[in-house]
Amino acid sequence: MKVKLENLTKRWGPVYAARDINLDINDGEFVAFLGPSGCGKTTTLLLIAGIYKPTAGRILFDDRVMNQVPPKNRNIGMVFQSYALYPHMTVYENLVFPMKLKRVPPAEMKARAQRVAEMLGISQLLDRRPGQLSGGQQQRVALGRALTKQPDLLLFDEPLSNLDARLRLSMRAEIKRLQMDLGVTAIYVTHDQVEAMTMADRVAVMKDGRLQAYCPPNELYDRPRTLFIAGFVGNPPMNFIEVEIVLRDGVYHAQRAGFDLPLLAERGGQAAGRGPVILGIRPEDVMIAEEGIAGEVYVVEPLGRDDLIDVRLGDVHVHVLADPNRRCKVGDRVHLRFNTQKIQLFDPKTEQSLLWT
Amino acid sequence: MSESASTAQALEVGKARYPEEKASLRSLLSPLLFMAPAIVLVVVFFFIPVVIVLVISLTDMSTATGFNNWKWVQFDNYLRIATHPNTLPVLRNTLMYVALTLALFNVGMALVIALLTTHIPRRSGFLFRALWLLPRLTPSVVYIMMWKYVAADAPYGILNQHLLGPLGIPPTNWLPAQPWIFVILTNGFIGASFGMVIFTSAIESIPRDYMVAALVDGCSLWQRIRYLILPLLRWPLLFVTTYQTLSLLTSFEQILLLTEGQFGTEVWSLWAYQRALSNYWGNFQWGFGAALAAVLVLIGVVMALVYMRYFQFNQLVQEPKIEAL
Ligand SMILES: Nc1ncnc2c1ncn2[C@@H]1O[C@H](COP(=O)(O)OP(=O)(O)O)[C@@H](O)[C@H]1O
Ligand SMILES: [Mg+2]
Repeated sequence: MKVKLENLTKRWGPVYAARDINLDINDGEFVAFLGPSGCGKTTTLLLIAGIYKPTAGRILFDDRVMNQVPPKNRNIGMVFQSYALYPHMTVYENLVFPMKLKRVPPAEMKARAQRVAEMLGISQLLDRRPGQLSGGQQQRVALGRALTKQPDLLLFDEPLSNLDARLRLSMRAEIKRLQMDLGVTAIYVTHDQVEAMTMADRVAVMKDGRLQAYCPPNELYDRPRTLFIAGFVGNPPMNFIEVEIVLRDGVYHAQRAGFDLPLLAERGGQAAGRGPVILGIRPEDVMIAEEGIAGEVYVVEPLGRDDLIDVRLGDVHVHVLADPNRRCKVGDRVHLRFNTQKIQLFDPKTEQSLLWT
Repeated sequence: MSESASTAQALEVGKARYPEEKASLRSLLSPLLFMAPAIVLVVVFFFIPVVIVLVISLTDMSTATGFNNWKWVQFDNYLRIATHPNTLPVLRNTLMYVALTLALFNVGMALVIALLTTHIPRRSGFLFRALWLLPRLTPSVVYIMMWKYVAADAPYGILNQHLLGPLGIPPTNWLPAQPWIFVILTNGFIGASFGMVIFTSAIESIPRDYMVAALVDGCSLWQRIRYLILPLLRWPLLFVTTYQTLSLLTSFEQILLLTEGQFGTEVWSLWAYQRALSNYWGNFQWGFGAALAAVLVLIGVVMALVYMRYFQFNQLVQEPKIEAL
């Protein structure tokens, strides 16, 4: 089923929880809503589910306007961070509850519940109550409950946030796998950019109720359209340096005290002659080399596979991912080489990218 | 499995720290110590009064005998109750009064108000509930006087003059004609607010995600009440039902003020009151009144046990989460 949001807006008093959101989701697509806590992700999800009524705008399922359709007629399955399993029902009763409400014949109800339970590996838990299950088991049951009704749309509201790191990793893969196998359209709300990037076909980045970007994960990573996205997506986060772009001897340079970096013409040209701009570069696109911009190692954080090294260049700090075998130590004099293909440039006032629109 | 294992481990540690005898002494004493304040309260304010009532009920103590000339009469008072011509009608009245007020108002109406006011905008809900608290806040005598004014004898009264009169219904002495309606209304309007407050807070403390999940799973508002809210209200329902049964059994002030037990509205507690403390002839029959009260206590205890059984009380109480002491 396709989903379309048109100028979707929800206001709580003076606060816009969602503002003028325009979004198209294709049939079978997996879309992540990504943004910091309080940016309006849950509100948008509950608008789609029909729990909240939009202040303005429209919600369409397959070209049908859904604004006035009650939640029970939207055929949606939803998974919550808190699991929200009904505590007075057994696992089996939880699984069949949506089907009971839809008056599915008992024989089919039972068959479907058993199929889903088997798929999720919870067959041995059917007689237990939610209170007797671990967090991971409860989340599987919650997923099962959303699936047994064979929904046209799956909604996830930070479903993995309460699980421990390892379980989160395996559930992530499993949810993605299930969604692909079933071919059901899914919207996945998360504040965890890794989850969004790894699972989604497209990511909708939200900030303060507004849609900041809506594009495939790699584009989000390689061509961030705003300063916010550049800083929010990617771990460790992008370095930002305030510079001025000047043309010298036919080459664009990003300059500031103790910092001079020649740029590629197609990138530098977009930002020249504007006064101060913000240059962004990811830690993995900066290398410690024999020559380049000179600096001093300020902090070393071993991350296992890499060392995250904070290098001081005059009065700015740049984070660099380096090979641990280099054995950088605090106080070492080093040189940095920047991968100029990966440099981002932003307008400090509008916070928009100067490279991508 | 792992839980009991860790408990066993904890016990081992406990044993290691304290010598054997000392540990058992401690494990006996400390729970008692913790419960001591509650035990003292229960003994002083519940247990001792019940014993005194039971003792008095075995005597012929009255104003006539005074505190000096009374004598033991064994179960005479109880035999008198068993054979008294008023016993059956009063028992029937009591059952009717308790059952109807409880079902229609103290639980029924309370539940309806709680459900209604939690499904409308918060402010309106709050205002509506505040209105229902008014009868409870009004002094009983004033409150009943207002009702008497409503139901005054023909041709007076709000009912006769303003409500039913204009509809062409002939003026009536409403109180004598329909005493039970007024007994139940006056008590119910007060009683409903107790359950209302308890049910409302219970409904509002149901986690939001359950409520949202139920709607997304396909519930209508009514189905959500039926399948989610009511099952989760089992504990407050048991509490309100039990508590209100007991308090209705023993409450008589509205009836006393409204009818004084006339027109066939005498209930058990009112009977006990009139015998023990307000006898028309000036002879307060403490012994007989105490026996009547003792019977009421017995009925109350039996009812409470029945409710606990019916609501499966054992399933409602969880195992303690802490295994200390
Ligand atoms: N029921 C509500 N009433 C009033 N304000 C709300 C309500 N729900 C959410 N908000 C506000 O809307 C904003 C977005 O909240 P939410 O959608 O829960 O964010 P997120 O899920 O991204 O953390 C927040 O500022 C929050 O305080
Ligand atoms: Mg949220």
